[in-house]
Amino acid sequence: MDASAIHQRLSAQFGERITAFQGEVAQPWAVVAAEAIADVAAFCKSDPELAFDNLMCLSAVDYPKETPPRMEVVYHLWSYPHSHLFVLKAMLPRESPSLPTVENVWGVANWHEREAYDLFGITFTGHSDMRRILLPDDWIGHPLRKDWVDPDFYNGLHVKPTPQMAERFMAGEKIGIGPFDFTPPNRHVDED
Amino acid sequence: MPEITGLVQNRFSDTNLVFTTADQVINWARKSSLWPMTFGLACCAIEMMATGASRYDWDRFGMIPRGTPRQSDLMIVAGTVTLKMATRLKRLYEQMPEPKYVISMGSCANNGGPYWRQGYHVLKGVDEVVPVDVYVPGCPPRPEALLYGVMKLQEKIQEDRVLRRKGDTLGSLAGAQMAPEATR
Repeated sequence: MDASAIHQRLSAQFGERITAFQGEVAQPWAVVAAEAIADVAAFCKSDPELAFDNLMCLSAVDYPKETPPRMEVVYHLWSYPHSHLFVLKAMLPRESPSLPTVENVWGVANWHEREAYDLFGITFTGHSDMRRILLPDDWIGHPLRKDWVDPDFYNGLHVKPTPQMAERFMAGEKIGIGPFDFTPPNRHVDED
Repeated sequence: MPEITGLVQNRFSDTNLVFTTADQVINWARKSSLWPMTFGLACCAIEMMATGASRYDWDRFGMIPRGTPRQSDLMIVAGTVTLKMATRLKRLYEQMPEPKYVISMGSCANNGGPYWRQGYHVLKGVDEVVPVDVYVPGCPPRPEALLYGVMKLQEKIQEDRVLRRKGDTLGSLAGAQMAPEATR
């Protein structure tokens, strides 16, 4: 099926809960109302005409400068039986973003949703194991949000550049650039 | 048997005899069998594996990679140390028996490398958590560079004081080559 046929099939089933469609791009996408995403996902997988049996990627995007500010969760779907591709998007309010999990449809979504939670702070209701997956458990905040600001320290370790490195950078030294850059150690001094 | 003109040669009837210092022997033993812990964290690990493989072959130095810190003398921190890994790295270092040495391999381990400014998750130099003996620059360093770092570490180990008190180094006596005319 081509993109517009997929969109028509989804629209016939879900009506106004499919709120937008763009078919003139390499990866055609449709916007789904956030609260309906689990139903749409289940239909996409079980319907024999669509048969999206593979969730290729579940990712999130932060748009703080849009009006209203929003976050999107993007689902890249692939059908092995039909070899067609489609993208679903769900738009969320930037404050306390939350939407239903699709873990029960595609098992792989478990880890992907944990990653989106870890880095963007999006909570997936109904998820069986909503924990951080990449960052340490005691990490504070969600660093891929656009308004993220590095803390000075994490457990006593520098997160921002050390004062020595910042000083050398301001003096014009190129740090971390090029294959043979070697900036000598920051703070290790011999006590003897 | 040719005439030997060293300091102590030909003074003993038993020729199967070597005179040296205890430090010399102990340090020689330590530096000649550095067992590194397999600590590959990122792309530097590929170069470290290449250093261990047949072309560069760090087995020439008696280096055998170990899978556990309890059998290791040397930790080659090869790659990007994330803040999450830093706590593990410190624990592994503490599990190694003395004497223990650390080589910081590559820009990431030296100072954060390309992540030194923007990387919210990267440790800004592994010397924040463990004492480093040798820093090897490069992104990643070639195997020659790592081998040179190992040789530098061997030089450092050779200068260790095991039994001597701190003071003037024995310098040329420890780890020194004999004069060419006396080496036969």
